[in-house]
Amino acid sequence: MSSNDPHGYKKTLSSPYSGVKGWIDSRLPLIRMMEAEYLKFPVPKSLNYFWSFGGIAMFCLIGLILSGIFLGMHYKPSAEDAFNSVERIMRDVQFGWLVRYLHMNLASFFFIAVYIHIFRALYFGSYKAPRELVFIFGMLMFLLMMGTAFLGYTLPWGQMSYWGATVITNLFSAIPVVGDAILLTLLGDFTVSDATVNRFYVLHWLLAFAIVGLVVFHVITLHMTGSNNPSGMEPQNWDETLSFHPYMTIKDTKAMVLFFIVVAFVLFFFPNIMGHSDNYIRANSMVTPAHIVPEWYFLPFYAILRAIPDKLGGVLAMFGSIAVLFILPWLDTSKVRSCLYRPIWRICVLLFALDFFILMYMGAKPASDIYVLISRIGTAYWFLFFLVLAPLVGYLETPRQPLTISNFLRDKKALT
Amino acid sequence: MSENNKPRRDFIKLASMTLGGVGAASLVVPFISTMQPGKDALALASTEIDLSPIPEGQSLTVIWRGKPVFIKHRMTDEIQSAKEINLDDLIDIQDDSARVLQDKWLVVLGVCTHLGCVPLGQKTTDNKGDFGGWFCPCHGSHYDTSGRIRKGPAPKNLEVPPYVFLTDNRIKIG
Repeated sequence: MSSNDPHGYKKTLSSPYSGVKGWIDSRLPLIRMMEAEYLKFPVPKSLNYFWSFGGIAMFCLIGLILSGIFLGMHYKPSAEDAFNSVERIMRDVQFGWLVRYLHMNLASFFFIAVYIHIFRALYFGSYKAPRELVFIFGMLMFLLMMGTAFLGYTLPWGQMSYWGATVITNLFSAIPVVGDAILLTLLGDFTVSDATVNRFYVLHWLLAFAIVGLVVFHVITLHMTGSNNPSGMEPQNWDETLSFHPYMTIKDTKAMVLFFIVVAFVLFFFPNIMGHSDNYIRANSMVTPAHIVPEWYFLPFYAILRAIPDKLGGVLAMFGSIAVLFILPWLDTSKVRSCLYRPIWRICVLLFALDFFILMYMGAKPASDIYVLISRIGTAYWFLFFLVLAPLVGYLETPRQPLTISNFLRDKKALT
Repeated sequence: MSENNKPRRDFIKLASMTLGGVGAASLVVPFISTMQPGKDALALASTEIDLSPIPEGQSLTVIWRGKPVFIKHRMTDEIQSAKEINLDDLIDIQDDSARVLQDKWLVVLGVCTHLGCVPLGQKTTDNKGDFGGWFCPCHGSHYDTSGRIRKGPAPKNLEVPPYVFLTDNRIKIG
């Protein structure tokens, strides 16, 4: 340890490489780092295809940023021009239709990948110690994703853009005392207006890159603990791990190819299937569409908002439904991670997934009596799951003894 | 550095960090101020309207500060139903007389107090809800002929903007 390196940070100054690679690596140790974290990085050898969705989500994000850059060269963020500039991208800009449809549909598929990724974390207990921070950074990204998607949806300045922006920004007016001041600050006018679309465009970019920043933290924290796996047990020795490359790179590539075949199919044959036709009508501040619904990925939370018959209560329940996810690592009291060994919790988690889809369906329906009733039951289960079942089942349930990774794989082989 | 200097040094550190911190934090004021409505938006604060073309029983929608304003020429039975109601039945208790300057003219913002949609009921063919006033299609709030919330998630009555009668047939909003 030299005198100008009191903490020993630089003790590996000499690079393992030679030549130009060594010259760069001894000054900027990125090559060394990438080799350790991606090429030779050990992962449990029992990972299944659920573990590919983090990588898939990252590729969706890269695709969104790329397509966003090219859309941004033509889009005009003003109340006057926004709608027409998007139509120009669709009709006149060469391949503009493709880039815009790619951006639109990748946003939806990003949510699909992330929802599967989050389900994986819930089912196999990836949020539990020592991976709490991995999970929390993930949840922060999920929040920012929802913000970015909302801001982006405002930009085409169609009827759904306009009224979606109106309804969502008005959620803040439910906050006592300062609500109206916050609303004015967000909108920059008394209604969603020219000032609003301009700032939403800037914030859409800002949040997108904030997500990229959080990906770095998500990955750093993940690489400190290593990946969880279906058995929920940590690898006991090197024999229970595989090198990330080539085993996971090839497995993830296969999963990505399959995933993006589905993306391509929707993109080329049904590009508007996840959108609303009303958004091809220019924003009109005097007429609210008869049936306004958010994009599909917000529907479960929208159903929770509508399930509560009180304005502030509804807003609190909606934000609360996401807030409870952040404290899940401490709400779940069980020592066993994977649902494969937790017979009761497994049913709770599967019911939670079902609840998510039921709420999604209810969010798309008009707010009439029967749908509101089902939404209320769904909302009740959502909070019951986190606040009551997670702590209680951990105490009451007798889990089976989880198998080590090697035994898990041997048993699985015997079954098939 | 002798030990005697330590408190002095700590004080200087603390004072300079505080000054720097307060200085940097004070930037929040101009930054957040730019996000408020600009002077141009504030300048559009008043609108004059001629009421004479609105026949009894019909309504007009005008724009004030970018928001729709509903002006309703109320019929006798609508005025009556607005006045002869048990105030205790209301969600946001307010007498009709506190909401109008002249009984036959109701002027309210056409912005649902729930989440800001424009309620239906301005056209004669619109769904006017269970109380003959307005109905918000977004989340199902019903307003009566005085623009008061009667049923649904909205917490407040439709807001009455500041306005004055310039003549019997002319008002100025804002």
